[in-house]
Amino acid sequence: MTSAPRTSRPVDVGRIAWVALLVLLLSFLIVPIFIIVPISFGSERFLQFPPRDLTLYWYGKFFTDPDWQAATLFSLKVAAITMLSAVVVGTLAAVAMVRGFKSGQRAVTALTLTPIIVPNIVLGVALYLSYAPIGLTGTLTGFVIAHTSLAVPFVVLTVSAALHRTDPALELAAINLGANKLTAFVLITLPLIAPAMAIAAVFAFLVSFDEAILSFFLSGVSNKTLPRMLFENIDFDISPLIPAVATVLMSVSLLLMSSSQLLKRRKGKVGNGGSE
Amino acid sequence: MSTNSSALGRTPAFLMLLPLIAVLCFAVFWPVANLLGRSFFAPDFTLQYYETIVSEPLYWRVFIRTFWISALCCILCLLIGFPIAYAMARTSAWRALLIAACVLGPLWTSILVRSYAWIFLLQRNGVVNDLLIDMGLIETRLRMLYTEGAVLVAMTHVLLPFMILPIFSTIRAIPTDLERSARNLGAGRFRAFLTITLPLSLPGVSAGVLFVFILAIGFYITPALVGGPRTLMIGTLIAQQITELLNWPLAGAISLLLLAVSIATALIFQRALSVGRIVGND
Repeated sequence: MTSAPRTSRPVDVGRIAWVALLVLLLSFLIVPIFIIVPISFGSERFLQFPPRDLTLYWYGKFFTDPDWQAATLFSLKVAAITMLSAVVVGTLAAVAMVRGFKSGQRAVTALTLTPIIVPNIVLGVALYLSYAPIGLTGTLTGFVIAHTSLAVPFVVLTVSAALHRTDPALELAAINLGANKLTAFVLITLPLIAPAMAIAAVFAFLVSFDEAILSFFLSGVSNKTLPRMLFENIDFDISPLIPAVATVLMSVSLLLMSSSQLLKRRKGKVGNGGSE
Repeated sequence: MSTNSSALGRTPAFLMLLPLIAVLCFAVFWPVANLLGRSFFAPDFTLQYYETIVSEPLYWRVFIRTFWISALCCILCLLIGFPIAYAMARTSAWRALLIAACVLGPLWTSILVRSYAWIFLLQRNGVVNDLLIDMGLIETRLRMLYTEGAVLVAMTHVLLPFMILPIFSTIRAIPTDLERSARNLGAGRFRAFLTITLPLSLPGVSAGVLFVFILAIGFYITPALVGGPRTLMIGTLIAQQITELLNWPLAGAISLLLLAVSIATALIFQRALSVGRIVGND
């Protein structure tokens, strides 16, 4: 668009300025994040940009260091169980909300959203105060409960939106043909909302896997999540190990989210042509 | 459209809601009530912790700094975010996709990673200082990390997608015909934007401002990493009460005030609040 105009239109200074402004604003969004990636390949013991020689040494260190390994495994475990529990709890609630209550849906929605509205720092401190005396800090159970509460609103929102798009008459037809309510739901509605559940699952996994504030207060001496390890090392470790860990975290997020986005696009084509 | 027989009865519906209620009670309501409750007892009922907050200028400074930075952050997000949202809503499909990638990429990246990037950029021997020296703008390296400016810039960067997405949704819903008619009737490109698109995009703007402000006043990670102990905000102040002083009642009192402001702001803007847009299932 910056090439010479084909028609008689004169060079559009306003348009060029507009494009230049956009490029500038978008680089503010994107450059600070991707600058981390090249540093993580630096060969010096301190951060350097641009790095002189490239090496995978820091990635090797991350994957072989027992502390980082333990934190990564613990994070994966917490995120996987959180994903399962959030999808189950959230889907049940979404079905109850959409199919069960004629009135009061707004109240239920408001209830669901509370974990999003309460600032995470308040939640983190509150969980530490309440879970430490009953021995839930530094445990898988404590983490899963806390992270489920953060992830479940996204599941309820995504799945209930999908439920609103499915026609209850389909289930009704199955019931008229002799299926009981449960069979009708499992055979008719569940497959229709399955893609939304999958997207919600990815979200729930990521909410837990990237969560740093509750983890800061819930972590014990041995059971730490990856974001907590990263958080406490950022101030002390000035080697490219930190950018390497950050790059790994970032890759996981981007990979999972773009695949869920692809899933959504496919669903949009197959389904009843909802939004896109 | 009677769908009675596929609808659930009240009792099964309530039973299905129970797990959610249980999780919320055990992971949110009980712990938060426990924390807030602490602020009223020493061990008898007292308001002394609230009196401490009111009478201590340090806390006032932290509150004022938090609201000030959050308000500036809203303004910066709006100034940077609006053109991006507008372009994303009004350009060809593949360019919109490119812009969307630039917006969603950061949104999907852990806040910890995004804040860390700013430490690296702003530190004394960081990239921004290198750049300024190379360009001959400064002689000696500036101390940028652990300042209010650093917190503002980093928070603006982290919160920008929450401004862009709601504005984008509203602008995309405005029929382009409206603007075209205005131009056919003689309005210039700028005037058409000013009188048609801008006013119609205001619901999105208010949703964005709400999101950014509520998230900003309760922010913890970015002020903790980029602001350091010298640039305390409400979030870092609460954490400091616990990690350094073990002062639960005071942490509870500050939390209550923060929560009150967040909820009040949310209620004021309630109509604009639609988390669904952020989740991406509009």
